[in-house]
Amino acid sequence: MLLISCPNCGPRDETEFHYGGQAHVAYPENPDALTDRQWAEYLFYRDNTKGAFAERWVHSTGCRQWFNMLRDTVSYDIQAIYKMGEPRPDMERAVVNTTAATTPEGATK
Amino acid sequence: MAETATPAETAKRANPETLRAARRSPASHLAPTFESGSVAGTVTLKEIPFQTMVGIRVERDSDAGARLASVTDGLPAACGEVSGSGRATTLWLGPEEFLVIAPESAHDSLGGDLIRALVEALGDDPGQVVDLSANRTTFELSGIRARDVLEKGCSLDLHPRAFRAGTALATEIGNIPAMLLKTGEESFRIFPRASFADFLGRWLLDGMREFASPEVP
Repeated sequence: MLLISCPNCGPRDETEFHYGGQAHVAYPENPDALTDRQWAEYLFYRDNTKGAFAERWVHSTGCRQWFNMLRDTVSYDIQAIYKMGEPRPDMERAVVNTTAATTPEGATK
Repeated sequence: MAETATPAETAKRANPETLRAARRSPASHLAPTFESGSVAGTVTLKEIPFQTMVGIRVERDSDAGARLASVTDGLPAACGEVSGSGRATTLWLGPEEFLVIAPESAHDSLGGDLIRALVEALGDDPGQVVDLSANRTTFELSGIRARDVLEKGCSLDLHPRAFRAGTALATEIGNIPAMLLKTGEESFRIFPRASFADFLGRWLLDGMREFASPEVP
């Protein structure tokens, strides 16, 4: 079980959250101009990263707010948690955040 | 075809006392079981039916937020906080979402004016005030073993050093979502949705059963 630090509610069990897929997938500026292939790629094609991956989560049983998380898909180490709309933190900053953002158990293995 | 009510019957139904007598709370059928399942002095469970509940969504720092706060005696600022006075208690559900809980008599249909006051305070500003009185029911679990019963189905840290009296958290109890309000050192109020009341009532009763037997050393 992951222990996820909700930005509003603090550390809670993974079962209180729902996963929202890859973060930072921008809506096309001019969807009408896209070919079917480009539109399908926007809708369905996602990265399958091995390592640090930026993804969206929602605290569905708590404050019902969305946030972004930088998580290692191999070790499940939560490297950073940041607000919707904020850019993905770079790795050096993410390492500094690890101690601050993920308190007690921190879900590190 | 449905029967057509005579004017006399309609008038009778509109009478608040007749309406009140006709209401059935979500866990009313469990009331005798709650009574027999409670262990006096150890852990007791009862339903507090028909509390007035109003959902508020408003930006707390806006003018509308300030006006609503003056009706509810403050809006909580952060997760876990509870505000209010004798008239109503306000729980924090989200950064811009609150739940006002007041006694049954505060409901406008019974002569109160809580909802009307809140709607007027919001005015035309962005936000919402919704009567949610039928959405949830209230269970009161109290006694020295109340925390032990809750810990069987709730993964929050309920130790008094982490969960103080006068705070409330949204959580899962027995795998169902509920609000948990700690009213005193040994008393909790649980607000499950009405459709979960039967399940949660039976879950808590099951958790209480061991305390009816003498402790095995």
